[in-house]
Amino acid sequence: MKNGKTIVIGVIGSDCHAVGNKIIDHVLTQQGFNVINVGVISPQEDFINAAVETDADAIIISSLYGHGELDCQGFKEKCDEAGLQDVKLYVGGNIVVGKQDWNTVEARFKDMGFDRVYKPGTPIELTAEDIKKDLGMIPA
Amino acid sequence: MNAYLLIDFGSTYTKLTAVDIENEEILATAKDITTIEDDIMTGFKKAYEKLKLCIEEKNIKFDEINFIKKIACSSAAGGLKMYAIGLVPELTADAAKKAALGAGARVMKTYSYELNHSEIEEIKNSNADILLLAGGTDGGNKKCIIHNAKLIAEIKIEIPVLLAGNKSANDEIIEIFEEADIDYIVTENVMPKLNKINEKPTREAIRKIFMTKIVEAKGMKNAENFISGILMPTPAAVLKAAEVLALGSDDEDGLGNLMVVDIGGATTDIHSLAEGDPSNAGVIPKGLEEPFAKRTVEGDLGMRYSALSLLEAAGTKKIRRYLHDDHKEIDVKAHCNHRHENIMMVPQTPEEIFFDEAMAGAGTEIAMVRHCGWLESVFTPMGVMYYQHGKDLLDVKYVIGTGGVLVHSKNPRNILKAGEFNKEQPVHLLPRSPNYLIDSTYILSAMGLLAGEKPDMAVRIMKKYLEKVN
Repeated sequence: MKNGKTIVIGVIGSDCHAVGNKIIDHVLTQQGFNVINVGVISPQEDFINAAVETDADAIIISSLYGHGELDCQGFKEKCDEAGLQDVKLYVGGNIVVGKQDWNTVEARFKDMGFDRVYKPGTPIELTAEDIKKDLGMIPA
Repeated sequence: MNAYLLIDFGSTYTKLTAVDIENEEILATAKDITTIEDDIMTGFKKAYEKLKLCIEEKNIKFDEINFIKKIACSSAAGGLKMYAIGLVPELTADAAKKAALGAGARVMKTYSYELNHSEIEEIKNSNADILLLAGGTDGGNKKCIIHNAKLIAEIKIEIPVLLAGNKSANDEIIEIFEEADIDYIVTENVMPKLNKINEKPTREAIRKIFMTKIVEAKGMKNAENFISGILMPTPAAVLKAAEVLALGSDDEDGLGNLMVVDIGGATTDIHSLAEGDPSNAGVIPKGLEEPFAKRTVEGDLGMRYSALSLLEAAGTKKIRRYLHDDHKEIDVKAHCNHRHENIMMVPQTPEEIFFDEAMAGAGTEIAMVRHCGWLESVFTPMGVMYYQHGKDLLDVKYVIGTGGVLVHSKNPRNILKAGEFNKEQPVHLLPRSPNYLIDSTYILSAMGLLAGEKPDMAVRIMKKYLEKVN
């Protein structure tokens, strides 16, 4: 059953890890989301263009190779430019270089404009629950 | 004898092809200048008389020929001019442009995002024949296309509008158009899913509008009384011929992936009939999916009208390379200028022919590079990977040349080879070692028309009449 919400997913930057992306696609589709998968090695523009054409409700950015922080810089600003102020932004995976204190990492990404930031190993089901809350599909 | 009469009302010449459908042979071909100002039938009749003479020369009685069908394509009176509107430039706007090109149109301009008043004024004051309105995937963005539809209604555009956008917005747009009395047709979304182009319904709808409205508007109604119908724009007929030749028909095998290079006086058209998926491992396709039957038009690359823009695009250095003029003895600019000012010029001397062929070589190289896909390297933790933009045409088996300069050349292969894969620039995915064929009897557009009626026969005739060059 479709739930009427559209989510753009993909792996950002020069990162070609495809397996996690497939799992995210599978689980979210099963939960009724209309999933728009821009695939791996995707520049910021691909996420944004896809969200504009499909009128997406949320964007989930994945990254596994440690350079996520660099790849995500300026993303929120570009979304604002493209008229996507209301689109919820999520990011998760190995998004920073090495082992860093999670609380500061989370704070940095929130400063960059992401609504929610996920640790390595977070199950996508948890993110799906958050999305449903954030989009008003279930009570927060 | 039963025969088909296939007519191409070209921008310069009206070309006739008579096909003996019992023996599957071209009886004769003839041409005369297209007369669009007073009556298109004047030029047609002259060509028809020539055709009659040609047939009688073969000791066939013209009166005994029964033309069971007379069908035509046309690029007369400026061809089919279109404007395309989409949302994101790289997505729906590009998909709309690709579909319109595949329908044989000249895409004058592509617009994206919400139009502003000056843009809509520009469209209104243009001499476009069709306005293609797209934007949003199915279920996706509605706001932009509705905004654009409102502007179209507000300004009361008189040209036919083809709506091929987000289906969820259609009801609202139809209401807007009905109220403003806009002449419109609705078809399937040109990009129903992200990056998936769905060009066929748009192509077919454009063809319908062309047949019912544009042919009449361009003063070709007189022709319609004599012939069974003007079915499509000429470039669409060429693409159709190439498509059926590549894929084959029910009863006849095709040649497989192929390309057509059509060098004209004003433009150079390139057609490719191939999926264009990456042929090497480690290559990731990027961007909008490409249509199997793809046509690109290079408006700045032509032998006469566009001789100066060809010079600008190529630069003297490139043209000199094809002239083998290491000592800079030839005044390249003067030669191009001469051709630009004398658009009816037919090369006579060996020098003139040689120069034309050098221009054609440079034009082919540029047009092929623009049409074919290319690779971009990206550095990843797994090593270097490649993005593929556009089609991989390395393994195309046949390249077919058409257009005056190729057909009349003694060495058409030399011209076409300019568009081959070049080891020095391996990022361009051009055909590696194709076979070359020449449309020496100018039958491609006619066979595109015939393919609509008798595809098996069209394939067989093309196989018979396209000439292999070595």
